Amino acid sequence: MAFWDYANPTRFLKLVQVLLPWLVGLCVATFAIGLYMAFFTAPEDYQQGDTIRIMYIHVPSAWLCMMCYTVMSISSIGTLVWKHPLADVSAKSAAPIGAAFTFMALVTGSLWGKPMWGTYWEWDARMTSVLVLLIMYLGLMALWRTMDDPIKAGKAAAVLTLVGALNLPIIKFSVDWWNTLHQPASVVRLDGPTIHSSQLWPLLVMALAFTLLFFVLHLMAMRNEVLRRRVRALRMRAASVSRPATASASAQPAE
Amino acid sequence: MTGWAMALFRRDLRLSVRIGGSAIVGVLFFLAVVTVFPFGVGPDLNLLARIGPAILWIGALLATLLGLDRLFQADREDGTLDLMLMAGRPLELVVLIKCLAHWLSTGLPLVVAAPLFSVFLNLDPVAMAAVTATLLVGTPALTLIGAIGASLTVSLRRGGLLLAVLVVPLTVPILIFGVSSADAAIHDPVPFMTPFLILCALTLIAAVVGPIASAAALRFAAD
Amino acid sequence: MDLGPHAGFIIASYGLCLLTVLALIAWVRIDKANQERALKELADQGISRARPDQGRN
Repeated sequence: MAFWDYANPTRFLKLVQVLLPWLVGLCVATFAIGLYMAFFTAPEDYQQGDTIRIMYIHVPSAWLCMMCYTVMSISSIGTLVWKHPLADVSAKSAAPIGAAFTFMALVTGSLWGKPMWGTYWEWDARMTSVLVLLIMYLGLMALWRTMDDPIKAGKAAAVLTLVGALNLPIIKFSVDWWNTLHQPASVVRLDGPTIHSSQLWPLLVMALAFTLLFFVLHLMAMRNEVLRRRVRALRMRAASVSRPATASASAQPAE
Repeated sequence: MTGWAMALFRRDLRLSVRIGGSAIVGVLFFLAVVTVFPFGVGPDLNLLARIGPAILWIGALLATLLGLDRLFQADREDGTLDLMLMAGRPLELVVLIKCLAHWLSTGLPLVVAAPLFSVFLNLDPVAMAAVTATLLVGTPALTLIGAIGASLTVSLRRGGLLLAVLVVPLTVPILIFGVSSADAAIHDPVPFMTPFLILCALTLIAAVVGPIASAAALRFAAD
Repeated sequence: MDLGPHAGFIIASYGLCLLTVLALIAWVRIDKANQERALKELADQGISRARPDQGRN
């Protein structure tokens, strides 16, 4: 199975080296097309005017912040069940990217909300759930930072990620409940049930561009993490070699 | 309950009641939070009656979070946790028993104090009973979910603040359904039982997920 | 191009997204440079991944 071949970090780095230029090129091209469509070919909305153009970055980033959590959950299963050596690398490097996309979704949502709802922040069910998701991302990053042993930190973060994945639907459900209880459907819904194809295509292209951006950044961050662990292992080996009493024990693999 | 479980339960209960008196401190903290709220929002009794259930719930949440970091830490420091891991008993059950003992010594006093504190917040008897009932059902869930955070941060020297950050997002549903069922009893947009039963369901889910995840985290922290 | 009465909001949201993405890219690039420098320093000290007992690079 090809998936297992890349358990070896050195092979993974080689794969990244080959793959990355293509992905970057594709990502830039898709962004160029998507942005062109978003600004020049997509018509303005008859209700929202030009502010509809915020949708082309708001919806993809909101989508990506959930996809990133999915990637982290799958990686966490990989860490706990299969002990795949790259799984916790993947989970760790996805967290800051996910947090950034969540932040982008919140910022664009509130900048869209100001002209539409008249307020920057509405305690709307979706924005509230995304805010909770942001806190979870930041908590996971804090957990990674506070533990210095990457293996132990990886397992702890994996447990928390999976508990969070179990909890996210419950949070979504309860926030929806809370929202309908406190404000009976008065807010303008941002995306109507129907969307015209002239608006749908730019959205899909932008979503693809954001997804490619995520994978580019994720692969680059994973490569950094592999290098960081290599540096850590070498430093520890160097420290054990420099101590003469334990020099004989240094022959064991340091990674 | 088998012998070892009862012994562990008694030991934990005795430790938490004797040393440090965490039960009393938790209730004092709860009182402090409830007292501070009117200074923030003003002494308007109508407003306080309206947001009273929320104040009591947030106070209980904060008081629970405050006591959680000692759930496993003391046992880790003196090596008891390692013995528990090596004893061959199901660790999930050990965690569940420890949570039960912890809740009896810190959560239950909060529930008992809630009717008294709701007098300060101008709650009528029905609301008082509703808040107490929701706290009785909901605070075990807070302890059980908090146990996950406590076992994740067990090896950290100053994990208390991180624990709170990790646990708070997970407790959002419990807070929502706890407060909304208390609200439903006062001015009923929905019948009381609907959110209350969902709260019960959440507690039962927490009783399954909490010990399993917490035991997994403790095992990983040990090896 | 005329973006209508709310041009400021549109430009601000695109601008902030661009800034966030640029920050992510900068973080990844700086991090990579740091790790590679550390590896190079270690290699200069004679500590590299080549192990005497196995010929892996």
